Amino acid sequence: MEPLSAIEIAGRIIYQLSPVWISLVILYAFSIGFKRRLGLYGKLFDSPIGMIGFGLVMFWVFTGVYGAMDMIITHDPLSQLSGMKNKVPGTPLRSPEEGQYEWYLLGGDNLARDVFSRLVKGAWEVIKIAPMAAVFAFMVGITLGLPAGYYGGRLDTALSFAANLILAFPVILLFYLLVTPEIVATGVPNYMAIVLFVFPIIFVGVLLNSRYYTRPKLRNWLLPVVLGTIIWFYLQLVSNGGYLINTPEYAIWGLPRAMDMFDIPGGILVVFVSVVFVNSPTVFRIVRGLTLDIKTRDYVAAAQTRGEGPWYIMLWEILPNARGPLIVDFCLRIGYTTILLGTLGFFGLGLPPESPDWGSTINDGRKLLSIYLHPALPPAFALLTLVLGLNLLADGLREESLKD
Amino acid sequence: MGLFILRRSGVMLLTALCLTFIVFFLTNLYPNLEKLAKTQGNFRMSDEAVASWLDANGYGGSMVSKYGQWLGVLPGWTRETEDGYSGRCMTGTVSAEVAAEASTFCGILQGDWGYSTRFKDEVSTIVAERLGNTGRLMFWVLVLMIPSALIIGVLAGMREGSVTDRSLSTASILTTATPEYVSGVIFIAVFTSSTVGLKWFKGTATSAMDNPNFENFFLPVLTIALYGMGYIARMTRASMTEVMTAQYIRTARLKGVSFHNIVMKHALRNALIAPFTVIMLQFPWLLNGVVIVETLFNYKGFGWILVEAAGNNDIELLLAVSVVSVFVVLITQLISDIGYVYLNPRIRIS
Repeated sequence: MEPLSAIEIAGRIIYQLSPVWISLVILYAFSIGFKRRLGLYGKLFDSPIGMIGFGLVMFWVFTGVYGAMDMIITHDPLSQLSGMKNKVPGTPLRSPEEGQYEWYLLGGDNLARDVFSRLVKGAWEVIKIAPMAAVFAFMVGITLGLPAGYYGGRLDTALSFAANLILAFPVILLFYLLVTPEIVATGVPNYMAIVLFVFPIIFVGVLLNSRYYTRPKLRNWLLPVVLGTIIWFYLQLVSNGGYLINTPEYAIWGLPRAMDMFDIPGGILVVFVSVVFVNSPTVFRIVRGLTLDIKTRDYVAAAQTRGEGPWYIMLWEILPNARGPLIVDFCLRIGYTTILLGTLGFFGLGLPPESPDWGSTINDGRKLLSIYLHPALPPAFALLTLVLGLNLLADGLREESLKD
Repeated sequence: MGLFILRRSGVMLLTALCLTFIVFFLTNLYPNLEKLAKTQGNFRMSDEAVASWLDANGYGGSMVSKYGQWLGVLPGWTRETEDGYSGRCMTGTVSAEVAAEASTFCGILQGDWGYSTRFKDEVSTIVAERLGNTGRLMFWVLVLMIPSALIIGVLAGMREGSVTDRSLSTASILTTATPEYVSGVIFIAVFTSSTVGLKWFKGTATSAMDNPNFENFFLPVLTIALYGMGYIARMTRASMTEVMTAQYIRTARLKGVSFHNIVMKHALRNALIAPFTVIMLQFPWLLNGVVIVETLFNYKGFGWILVEAAGNNDIELLLAVSVVSVFVVLITQLISDIGYVYLNPRIRIS
């Protein structure tokens, strides 16, 4: 069979991505159609920069999600086919079996795996970790930053010192210290997970209680139900195979296996925890700064005069009014998390070596870069476009939210 | 001002102590020590052999006492064996007379940074040599990055919303979205590989350690500079647009000063105060860039020893590396605070 030409490769990749195009068209049609009723999200479609950024981000989100459902990929990202090692894009398979896709669209890497399928699967690795890590970093940063800014004093000094302490660490040194199999064996990441993942529970608990404590009837069933569900998820998240911490010397019992619906592999957990750990001090500083600014406003004084509690003021008066900068920073933070995940992969830390994530793929590909370009360049451009999309999206959001 | 610097130095010292203790704690956890023992001894050591190796080399004992020894506030460990004496302050096994003469304290307070298990050499010599390499790299990065970032920022901020502004801003966003390991790989692919065929530069900077020239040194410098450049340019642009809408600029324009003179004489000085802080605070990020780029271009500097020390759990080298990087971060923060007060008369007077 003949190798494909450049135009044929492009055509086949575009065809292979057709579910993504369809989803994007539907999303844009609906969003532009109803943009006046969609608040800030709708306003995004007034700014060309924001629209381009949102398009890039959603392209990779759809690619990742459909890739995870095995829709776009042409081959298994881990299987090695004989004779395909380092082959250029568009090379036909040597002996295609019945029903097998007949080409390697973006060529093969140095272990004869399909670069295109690994690229698509790599998108899912980012999409499933980065936004969640940003959410957790925000929960930690908000829960600590609001009281630090609102109360000030000793609490502020202590928390700011701790935040500056973490920020003074070179990120890569921290990763090298935290994300190694030896540290995973000591259970340190599990302890960190137990502490860091408590913050969402505190956040939601205080959020609901401060709002509804005047309506005990509603509060008394709402709070247990919501908190119960979150705590159950929390325990599932932090306990693995029936243990909270399981080291050779000692073990702490966790949730029984029967109630544990999912386990997170140690490698992924430590990556997740350290990314959250690195990001939360920055969020803390932003939230603290915004709180210091907003707490001098009249509506805060009004709330204080009518006798609202401090947590109500923080969470229902200050936080909603700080949402503009926080939403913008959230987009940037996802981008930064993506870069951090790539850095981890680039140094071969945490994620399993055969993992298709972009950082590891770039690291694999760079060793033969002077001869073969195709294994390293596609993941590099993928990471570039995703982070660029997030930055443009943040820029668009900033512009539109300033127009109010 | 003196009190301010004194207080900041106190906080700095406390931060450095906390950070080195964290590094010390993490590197001295048992699985890490076990790995160290096995790489230094042999990989088939039994658990007892590992324990006795650790004990014989001073890795036993409590965390706090070992940290005190490293700092130089507790006496260094000594051990009597059949062949003679060994200890923290002695090299190898020595006789009783030599051991009696050796100093009791030998930590960083006494200027003894310890011994690297990875490179089999004194930590202070390794760090000094490698820092020199990185210093050269950083010098050229700053030479390239700061002027171009400021020029881009000022040009973009001069006329807000113009075509120049739009295109330069988009370019800055693009560079901030490109981490070093992406831009480095793209540069190597485009400018050095035989497939593209340009071959303008060399793909490694190994030869640049002895003989840096444009061909082998430009790509690593550009890769680090580019990531920071966009951010500084955006901050400069923001500061410039703010200054250009100020009242005194309008006054100058109304009295007929030419646009060129407004920008050069009136706006520029005030617009460059904010970027100064940003440039100083950019140093911690540059440190990350250095680690990535030195790995990518195989340039053996400070970032390279960080990776080597961390990968081999070389405790004392790693501690020295973290002390150096923490001080770089904290001192640049201090300089940025002091410089901001110095540059901005409004703060100095009030």
